Amino acid sequence: MSEPTPKGVLTTPIFKNNPIALQILGICSALAVTSSMSVSLVMTIAVIFVTAFSNLFVSLIRHHIPSSIRIIVQMTIIASLVIVVDQILKAYAYEMSKQLSVFVGLIITNCIVMGRAEGFAMQNSPKLSFLDGVGNGLGYGFILMTVSFFRELFGSGSVFGVTVLETVQNGGWYVPNGLLLLPPSAFFIIGLIIWVLRSLNPEQVEENEFKMKANTEPKEAV
Amino acid sequence: MAQSNNSIKKILTVAFALCIVCSVIVSTAAVALRPQQQLNQELDRKSNILAVADLYQEGVDIEATYGEKITPRVVELETGEYSDEYDPQTFNSFEAAKDPAQSRTLSGEKDIAGLSRQENYSTVYLVGDPDDPDQIILPVRGQGLWGLMRGYLSVQGDGNTIEGITFYSHGETPGLGGEVDNPSWKAQWDGKEVFADADSVQPAISLVKGGASGENEVDALSGASLTSKGVTNLVQFWLSPEGFGEYLAKFRAEVSPQNVETASPETDETEGA
Repeated sequence: MSEPTPKGVLTTPIFKNNPIALQILGICSALAVTSSMSVSLVMTIAVIFVTAFSNLFVSLIRHHIPSSIRIIVQMTIIASLVIVVDQILKAYAYEMSKQLSVFVGLIITNCIVMGRAEGFAMQNSPKLSFLDGVGNGLGYGFILMTVSFFRELFGSGSVFGVTVLETVQNGGWYVPNGLLLLPPSAFFIIGLIIWVLRSLNPEQVEENEFKMKANTEPKEAV
Repeated sequence: MAQSNNSIKKILTVAFALCIVCSVIVSTAAVALRPQQQLNQELDRKSNILAVADLYQEGVDIEATYGEKITPRVVELETGEYSDEYDPQTFNSFEAAKDPAQSRTLSGEKDIAGLSRQENYSTVYLVGDPDDPDQIILPVRGQGLWGLMRGYLSVQGDGNTIEGITFYSHGETPGLGGEVDNPSWKAQWDGKEVFADADSVQPAISLVKGGASGENEVDALSGASLTSKGVTNLVQFWLSPEGFGEYLAKFRAEVSPQNVETASPETDETEGA
């Protein structure tokens, strides 16, 4: 891999090396918070903030972190940032924090944050690490917003809470798809996004680890 | 350098310094933002109370409307009398329910709402003149399908006619049990009657499947039998003598049977609509 550039670390995680679509990290929260777009947006901002600043702080003290306790050091920094974000949301976006409930706290366990701190910030300068954090947050957010767009549009007939398809419950014509309000539907949408991204960038497709052998010879089957 | 980083002294120094810095940041954020957070929670609770009393509109000044229209009082559930033992502004019935000194255990058939502990005192919110309220707002809670559902039930001044219900916290399935938040479902409660007749002490109000008829029936939520059962149980529990029954009895006693009769044609109309 070539030397990371500021522009590169910021943009590659969005399509080329998306944390959710390619690395399949952070799926849990992508299932949980994507039933409405405004909630996803707040979650995205929170994750961008946490990945960016945890990368920055980890990178700033990377020469002083003893390797034996580096994971716990990273976790402490991440957890502190998440608590701060949670407190800010509770104070200034109370409705949102009610809807996000435990998922803000669970950013701590989001593999993207930890993965970038350990994988990138430990080796790179603070500036690059910060941008890498922002980039990965954006990549996460891109998937979140796409998934929530489809889930909210077809599940509740609205976009950002503004009604687009008048649902039957409110006297309209649109019968909402209840499945899309449930977390498993995000699997389908993320799966489709991965399909699209890998069709556009065939180099993302992994080599088969092994080839399945045919169960029977054509002759035997007769 | 790697060597010096891994010395025990360095490890302890880094760990200690990090903990100090992080704890200072976290506690600063928590302390600095606490007043704002409490304000939000208070505002949220008040807006729920106003919503169930049908006094809430988008953009209304919650603080002012609440202060003007609502009077909280603490009620002793067993006797149904107002109590001055606790300050209604600060009394927290959820905390009280956890404290053995201020609550009682519920078990078996009595505990239809699945609470296991119930507070001895609870706060009611009176709309209008506290001595002759237009509405009485009762905090209710009980088990739904996935967890505890908490809400408010508003009863009119006759202690029998329901004005509205709202749940401010529940974990029911979106689109199914979660439809307890649906405004058109909630609108059905308006005008329903809690008790079958003036003498009964057990509430008759319940959720029924396949089209509600009558003054004590509300349509169940389609596809959510267990949530509907939970709502029936919690409403019946809190309106029974175990809950606010004794307290409501005082309001019902004030209303003569004739008045109740005149109220019923009105409710028939709302059902038709």
